[in-house]
Amino acid sequence: MKKITTAQYKEMLDNITPGSSFLLKSLRAFLIGGAICMIAQFICNYLIGLNLSQNDASTFTSIIMILISAVLTGLNVYGKIAKFAGAGTLVPITGFANAVVSPAMEFKTEGYILGLGAKMFIIAGPVIVYGVLTSVICGFLLLIFRTVIG
Amino acid sequence: MDYVRAFLVGGALCVIGQLLIDFTKLTPARILVIYVVSGTILTVLGLYQPLVEFAGCGATIPLTGFGYSLGKGVIEGIDKNGLLGVFSGGLAKTSAGIAAAVFFGFFVSLICKPKDKK
Amino acid sequence: MKKIGKQTISLNNSPVITGWFSIVGPKEGEGPLNKYFDVVLEDSVFGEASWEKAESKLIQTSVEGAISKAGLSINDIDYIFAGDLLNQCTSSCFGLRALNISFFGIYGACSTMAESMLLSSVFVDGEYGENIVAATSSHFCSAERQFRFPLEYGGTRPETSQRTVTGSGAVVISKKGNGPKIKRVTPGKIVDLGIKDANNMGAAMAPAAADTLIAFLDDTGEDINSYDMILTGDLGKIGSDLLKEIILRNGYKTDKLYDCGLLIFDLESQDAHSGGSGCGCSASVLSGYIMQNLISKRIRKMLFIATGALMSPTTTQQGENIPGIAHLIEITCD
Repeated sequence: MKKITTAQYKEMLDNITPGSSFLLKSLRAFLIGGAICMIAQFICNYLIGLNLSQNDASTFTSIIMILISAVLTGLNVYGKIAKFAGAGTLVPITGFANAVVSPAMEFKTEGYILGLGAKMFIIAGPVIVYGVLTSVICGFLLLIFRTVIG
Repeated sequence: MDYVRAFLVGGALCVIGQLLIDFTKLTPARILVIYVVSGTILTVLGLYQPLVEFAGCGATIPLTGFGYSLGKGVIEGIDKNGLLGVFSGGLAKTSAGIAAAVFFGFFVSLICKPKDKK
Repeated sequence: MKKIGKQTISLNNSPVITGWFSIVGPKEGEGPLNKYFDVVLEDSVFGEASWEKAESKLIQTSVEGAISKAGLSINDIDYIFAGDLLNQCTSSCFGLRALNISFFGIYGACSTMAESMLLSSVFVDGEYGENIVAATSSHFCSAERQFRFPLEYGGTRPETSQRTVTGSGAVVISKKGNGPKIKRVTPGKIVDLGIKDANNMGAAMAPAAADTLIAFLDDTGEDINSYDMILTGDLGKIGSDLLKEIILRNGYKTDKLYDCGLLIFDLESQDAHSGGSGCGCSASVLSGYIMQNLISKRIRKMLFIATGALMSPTTTQQGENIPGIAHLIEITCD
């Protein structure tokens, strides 16, 4: 075979790779993602109607959305919606719940401790790690800033 | 009207995620990390709060909203406990969500099995 | 001398494929090749407690099926060459442990069917055995949890990705008997053209397929157009286009290129993205559709080039390239 360099090969690959139909995918993500947020807003408003504070209602809404997502994941439905919605089901908190529940279900066959327990955060773990890390760093900076200014 | 705002802002945040998937080599896991980290930073800078006030769940339900809780938690923690709040604030505010995910996740996994995708 | 040219082996005694068997999952059964498989499962868990056990049962079923279709019994088999995609090749080891036959576990990623057939035919040709089984398997669900994500995870999949076939294929290669013959084989080299994207394995493997094909043509002096079919394993849509382009640059033109990954699914209606992949893809297509075409002489002379992407989740996460490999088998029907 004649020698092909990696650069030449990359060019060949770029020439044939199909253009992603990003407009359609974005539209789907918009519709489903927006709908999920709207449902959450409905739940939140209902809870506020029950005399919960804005804060508590908001937290309860998250818990209920997580419950819905966990159940849909367990019923093998969330993945099917996700196939259509793309980032529309990935970005909302329901996607976070799906990322927790799906490995727990999947790795139950390797036992409750090292399977279900250890693998539960195999996908969602980084979100918590980097989220908490960012919050502590930001907290330090904020504290220093306030001390200097104040 | 708050439903429309939640729909539009929530949908828009998902579109950004979709565009990141389609136009960068970022994997879904990386995108979620970016969402949470940027949500936290924007909140501490005071830039995310207005979006939450405008869009409600449209801003709190996407994962940037998780970052918002972390950031807001840290601010409140510092107000209350100073240095201790730097550490305890973020997780305190998000603890309900994480605990719910663990709790529901565990029990759903007990009962349900994954299925082949057709 | 049995070796011809740089890397091709000529099998003077022309080993015969005397038995073959294919078994696939439900999604593969809904595809265009439905009627050619020996067994189509209704449920891919196959009555087992785990996906891994289901895959072991797949390969056990196909090996036993191929032996019985060859009109032989387990005692007539001298060796088995088999492998799969799971860590430490456990599907093959666990699936075949009860058979009590001398066993070689091999790993060539998705090129395993060609690799096992190649080794089997060389063994038979060298008269080290009368009947040897070559087999491999893959399972969408066991591959997903090892290489990608949990089944119920809603992560998105790019258009360039391929779907691991749930299925297994086995053939019996014998010294004597009736059936298509294996004339020459070309073991492939490891080829790396810098692809890193684990969602684009076809692109990683296409250069290896081209390399082995061209090596065979150079070694033997055969005309590429003398073949009814040049069948690659699982290059998928993108990989197949790249293979065509690479061999064209080397001065070869043919419209006889086919790919098991494109044959097994209807890409549009079955949402299989760039096509099927996995060891079981080429194994089940060869041991089903292709063997029936060879028997009915619709195909008289063909090249089977199964391709493998030599990576693991660890190497991908460490940012390594994905080297490819391809092994070639020349099959004829006289």
